[in-house]
Amino acid sequence: MTLDPVTLAIMKGRLEQIADEMDATLFRSAFNPIIAEAHDASHGIYEAGTGDTLVQGKSGLPIFVGVMAFAVKAVIDKAARQGGINEGDVWIFNDPYDGGTHLSDFRLVKPVFVDGAVFCFLASVGHWHDVGGNVPGNYNPVARECFQEGMLIPPVKLYDKGEFRQDIVDILSANSRLPLSLYGDLNGQINALELGERRMHALIAEYGAATVAACLAELKSRAAQMMRAQIARLPPGTVSAEDFLDNDGIVDQPLKIALDLTIDNGRMVIDFTRSSPACAGPVNISRATTIAACYVALKHIFGEVPANAGVLEPVEFKIAEDSLLSVRAPKPVGGYTETILRLIDVIFQAMAKIAPQEAMACAYGTINALSLAGYRANGQRWVMFSFFGGGHGGHANGDGLNHGNAPISTATIPPLEILEAAYPVRFTQWALRPDSGGAGRHRGGLGAIYEIELLEKEADVFLFGERGRFAPPGILGGLCAAANRFTYQQADGGHEPPMASKMVGIHIERGQRLRLETPGGGGYGDPLERDPQQVRRDVMLGLVSPAKALEDYGVAVSGSGALDEAATRAKRGQTA
Amino acid sequence: MTKPAYAIGVDVGGTFTDVFILDEATGTIATAKVPSTRGDQSRGFVEGISGSVADFGDIRTVVHGTTVGTNALLERKGARTGIITTEGFRDVLEMRRRDRPTTWGLKGSFTPVVDRRDRVEVSERVLADGTVMEAVDLDAVRSRARALLESGCQSACVFFINGYANSANEALAVEAVRSVWPNPYVTAATEILPEIREFERLSTATLNAYLQPVVSSYLERLERSLADRGFKGDILIVQSNGGVMSVDTAKRYPVRTALSGPAAGVIAATAIAQAAGFANIITCDMGGTSFDVSLVAGGQAALAAQTSIDFGLVVRTPMIEITTIGAGGGSIAWVDSSGLLQVGPESAGSDPGPACYGLGNARPTVTDANVVLGRINAERPIGGKLARLDVQAARAAIEAEIASPLGLGIEDAAEAILKLATAKMAGAIRLVSIEKGHDPARFAAMPFGGGGGLHTGALIKEVGLGSALVPRFPGVTSALGCVVADMRHDRVQTVNRLLDQIDAAALGEEMAAVARNTSKLLAESGVAFERIDELYEFDMLYVGQTHTVTVKVEMPQGGLTREAIAARFDAAYLEAYGRLLENIPRRVMNYRIAVIGRRRKLDMTVFAPVDGRPARDCLIGTRRIFADGRFMDAGVYERLALESGAQIEGPALLEQPDTTIFVDPGLVARVDAFGNLVIRSAGGASGGK
Repeated sequence: MTLDPVTLAIMKGRLEQIADEMDATLFRSAFNPIIAEAHDASHGIYEAGTGDTLVQGKSGLPIFVGVMAFAVKAVIDKAARQGGINEGDVWIFNDPYDGGTHLSDFRLVKPVFVDGAVFCFLASVGHWHDVGGNVPGNYNPVARECFQEGMLIPPVKLYDKGEFRQDIVDILSANSRLPLSLYGDLNGQINALELGERRMHALIAEYGAATVAACLAELKSRAAQMMRAQIARLPPGTVSAEDFLDNDGIVDQPLKIALDLTIDNGRMVIDFTRSSPACAGPVNISRATTIAACYVALKHIFGEVPANAGVLEPVEFKIAEDSLLSVRAPKPVGGYTETILRLIDVIFQAMAKIAPQEAMACAYGTINALSLAGYRANGQRWVMFSFFGGGHGGHANGDGLNHGNAPISTATIPPLEILEAAYPVRFTQWALRPDSGGAGRHRGGLGAIYEIELLEKEADVFLFGERGRFAPPGILGGLCAAANRFTYQQADGGHEPPMASKMVGIHIERGQRLRLETPGGGGYGDPLERDPQQVRRDVMLGLVSPAKALEDYGVAVSGSGALDEAATRAKRGQTA
Repeated sequence: MTKPAYAIGVDVGGTFTDVFILDEATGTIATAKVPSTRGDQSRGFVEGISGSVADFGDIRTVVHGTTVGTNALLERKGARTGIITTEGFRDVLEMRRRDRPTTWGLKGSFTPVVDRRDRVEVSERVLADGTVMEAVDLDAVRSRARALLESGCQSACVFFINGYANSANEALAVEAVRSVWPNPYVTAATEILPEIREFERLSTATLNAYLQPVVSSYLERLERSLADRGFKGDILIVQSNGGVMSVDTAKRYPVRTALSGPAAGVIAATAIAQAAGFANIITCDMGGTSFDVSLVAGGQAALAAQTSIDFGLVVRTPMIEITTIGAGGGSIAWVDSSGLLQVGPESAGSDPGPACYGLGNARPTVTDANVVLGRINAERPIGGKLARLDVQAARAAIEAEIASPLGLGIEDAAEAILKLATAKMAGAIRLVSIEKGHDPARFAAMPFGGGGGLHTGALIKEVGLGSALVPRFPGVTSALGCVVADMRHDRVQTVNRLLDQIDAAALGEEMAAVARNTSKLLAESGVAFERIDELYEFDMLYVGQTHTVTVKVEMPQGGLTREAIAARFDAAYLEAYGRLLENIPRRVMNYRIAVIGRRRKLDMTVFAPVDGRPARDCLIGTRRIFADGRFMDAGVYERLALESGAQIEGPALLEQPDTTIFVDPGLVARVDAFGNLVIRSAGGASGGK
């Protein structure tokens, strides 16, 4: 059928609103702060036959936008082997090799039926607080197999033709340290899917199934058209970029992510074949996750393209099998966030070479999953788990944002007062980290300093971070940011983890402190081109030290905060 | 002749200052519209009144909706402010909650209203359970305060971590700062908001300090210039929560005026609707760049707990919940690179404005579509800035940018623009109604502002609203809202304890005491109230959750009980999510108290048409319009001349100086006893009441 442009535009808004509303429902009713505050969840509408993403909510975690299609496809394939999809079914699973990301992310997939046939799928994914495994909160930096990371559930039916299967929930609950949280989150996801189904039926009743179906198909082909238009503006040729992960938490060797990006005849080829092979520790990722991460990077650069599978039609991927970026079970994948942040970094670095006006320097590049766990005096178990922020890269329009969230997420950090009220800790510092932003014509944003003191008798600390050895690089002549740094006190003094930013079971006692200093963002452009007055202002505000101002920017600022123009000219003349 | 006794509402907008004058002695009304005076709003304000009031000694009350605070925030023109805070936490304001302005594209930036060098630390520490771990060093506080003064700060904010749990250290420090500070501009964070969440509390308190010199000096100027003319009555200021406060309270808590202007409009709409028998309305305020909606259910405007004035400028005080989307008269229509029609968010604003203004913009806007379709009278533009509108320019813009790329005729393209704009507005209405569990068929749309009357008919059809209610003077609604607003004060206190561990009776007594204390503000204002209402609420959640549900409670004679609180929580949770959770303890995060002094209601029959005429006598012509894909003739009527009971079937255009109302084909408009226009489906579908 032919569609008029107005109906199509209106329908697009209606469908997006349904996905957004599903997001909002889960955020409000979820139990664990990783979903409720950090929005580590996502919802969307997917094609009946292929599982391709058609519409995705705007407020969910960006990385899921690309990956959920794989999850829906996994259910379609499994159901095909098991008697098909029935009305009233809801499937649940967390298999990362089939659906992407890591074991913490539980996916629910629900078909929407019209006239006895599957019209489309709705899906919900959310990061649960604890899914078993060796480490509370599931960021196990020394896992060698997925079995040490948590329970692995293949696609199974949570509802069978509308009938709720309590036995499935019993299995899940028995495998979590925090079953109440799991129960609350699961209910929130069911609420979201039920709401989405009601809204889809209302929309279909209003416009007719044929019109809605035609719109969904048309939106996909237009997304592809839009992406082709974006690629067509880029100069043809191949550019390359390489970046490294510190280590895999087990073997202390850097892991290479190498990208060769080719623009050729309206298509984009993203080639990762020069990257490292699969590693022993948990920074491997599945092929689905790799593709999803590339999607996130492209959408940051070309903001206009929609959250729709069509965007990837003109993009070809070359990823070696069984490499770091395409592993199979049971290779551990728990730290997938670190690897995809590095993928985004290499895409930003490569794009800087062909589209400098749209490029951004690398952001802080690590989520620093930190958990503290112990027992209260009354024997009650506590687990404080949070991700921490850092600086964004400088970009064509200006300096990077101080203390932002990761490019793969829109997560906000819990208030420190909420953390102090909930757990036996106090923060002794919660501040910007001076000199952490990469120098550049446009400076990288600043990372942060978080210092935590234990108020209970004892606790164990787990950290999963990155960028301890390889700091976030700048682009177009900009310098790199400060590297990630983690230190902790014990009775015999201060320590740093041997693997830089990854460690399990650090034992600390009352009054001892942990200190996390996160990276800033990379710089954009030559720092010697930065306006000396801006450098002076940064020094005055304490964002850049006088020593750094002189060394990186060639700008001399006196103790009273005055700009020494003669010394600056001399220094810049020398160094330029 | 009786001596007049005026109650005057003044709403200062970006372009115009609207004045609504009620003579309480005779029940007569007058309205005035004068240009707003930038720099000093009080000049235009006084001028607006003096056109209609001979003796300022006859004015009993002036109620003012002000944008001085809002503008100072948006334009970053507050006072230089210093923050004195706990050691280790000078950057809380700048670190925010680790967010970013837009999901996609990492190109955002944020400049806090207080420079890093003006944020200083002192040693002190309170723990989350309220224990004072380290007493505050008051010598350090005083010397930091002096240093801030010397560097040029005019205003100060004292904010200590966990001050919500125990404000002792903070209170001592505030006293110390006040002892050296030469003016009254010292804000204590927990006095503004004794609620957990450090960034939100600090941001709200800092913005209060930042606004205090600006808003206070404005209000003092206003008091003086009114007094100079012989005014001896009370000045009341509209707060973002829709209630008014005394001018002295406003000087202490200027952050409560952040959304003063828009709140007044919603209050007026509520009062007009209530008099007309409509308890459920959705207000629609359409301006040049945006479309603002808010929901009034059961006569109560929905309140939001916090809002962001701009990225990172968070204000957490109760305010009328206003949902804004970028679809106003100036919103630009365009075709994206995939060939999809889009409307907004870019806007041509009022300068250069729509293509039909002929001031240099060649891209089509929503207003241009209305002009091309004959909905707007090109010879009688609203606002008085232009003599006439350029229809040809509007047609050319739509042809070049929309009709040609999409292969449509010009009229079809214009109608497509309106349909998409309407769909976006409908989306905003769904957001506040259907998504919050309300059935739109039970609601009436109530447009105010200049442009709303053109789109309400389409909205009725698109969202399935019961009806639309167009007030007699949509242009001065906010000024009317000032006159009818009640006095309201909100209080919050974090509790953060399990329900099972709460001494409910003691908590209830504490809340009642806070309410009594708050009532004193009402008594001190000198305003006469018909009665005083006290509202009690808890923010509650299951242990483990972070988002709360609002639980309204009554304060019974015998005192609060845990069982009663639990029952109210279950009811509220069930309504919000449809299922309760078993065996999970409930937690009380905050209590909230509102004390409302109800002012005497305005008799809305003052708006009833006097010497109105039947519809046929108000017909001033016909216009060729395009609707539903075809050309047709629409009658054009002089709206203000219509008598009560007059009825007009669509398609029709009703004109009045401050707006134009389009009655779509298939709809019928009727003038009610209060001069409102009630628009419904001609099929006689009921609803709305």
